[in-house]
Amino acid sequence: MEAERRALSQDREDRPTFQDLAREHLPRLYGLARRLAGDDAEDLVQEALMRGFRAFASLERAESAGAWLSAILLNSHRDRLRKEARSVREISMEEVDDFSLYRHIAEEDPYPYSDTLHADFLGLFDADDVHRVLDTLPPLYRAPLVLRYIEEYATKQIARVLDAPLGTILARLHRGRKLFERALWDYAEVTGLLEKEEVR
Amino acid sequence: MIACADAVKQLWDYLDRTLPEIDRVRVQEHLEVCRTCCGELEFAQELQAFLAAQRDDEIPPDARARLEALLADLKES
Repeated sequence: MEAERRALSQDREDRPTFQDLAREHLPRLYGLARRLAGDDAEDLVQEALMRGFRAFASLERAESAGAWLSAILLNSHRDRLRKEARSVREISMEEVDDFSLYRHIAEEDPYPYSDTLHADFLGLFDADDVHRVLDTLPPLYRAPLVLRYIEEYATKQIARVLDAPLGTILARLHRGRKLFERALWDYAEVTGLLEKEEVR
Repeated sequence: MIACADAVKQLWDYLDRTLPEIDRVRVQEHLEVCRTCCGELEFAQELQAFLAAQRDDEIPPDARARLEALLADLKES
């Protein structure tokens, strides 16, 4: 028993400091925060670091620090979403269901001589453009979309992380996808991406 | 058979395997005979791959500097 306690104590002394671990995982934390919170990314990472620092004693294995810090950041973001959910109305299915980006691209036919019309359209966007499009989505819908399709979480995991019923998450995912499709087209039009491609 | 509009509404959930079995079979049956919806399905797959490719974990140097400063402050307190 005493030997175990000494070993545990030794492990704790040997393990990296919170600062060492946080520094190592800053790019991952910032990238996740950027996709979830857009321009508020730095603020969200700051909050997660402060929370992490206070809870550092609860981290049992330094190898789990990345997942642990990501979970803290997601909790911080979830708390922000909760506050926002009180003031933001849910978007109804009817408002978003009619739009299909696939059909819209085919109907507008921006590149009449292309055999790969839809792939060409997606090829217009660089990483910065996609971040800007994501930024236009209400956070309530952006979070499930980012977690499912960029972070590749399972839907049940998203429901757990965001502490919402699975049905709510599935409905928000559906609306988020539709809003994202429409936002991609609107962004391409407003920023002149479509015209630039035609000139090429 | 379900209409195109109903099939299209369920395509992403079909790809995500989150549809109840009965709905999955209905979408599957629709896709077997509808070329337009197969195009929608392929595009949904392209969009998923497009989103998955957006995972870059870079941090701007100025943001890193400010966050490092915050960490240093935590150390002192």
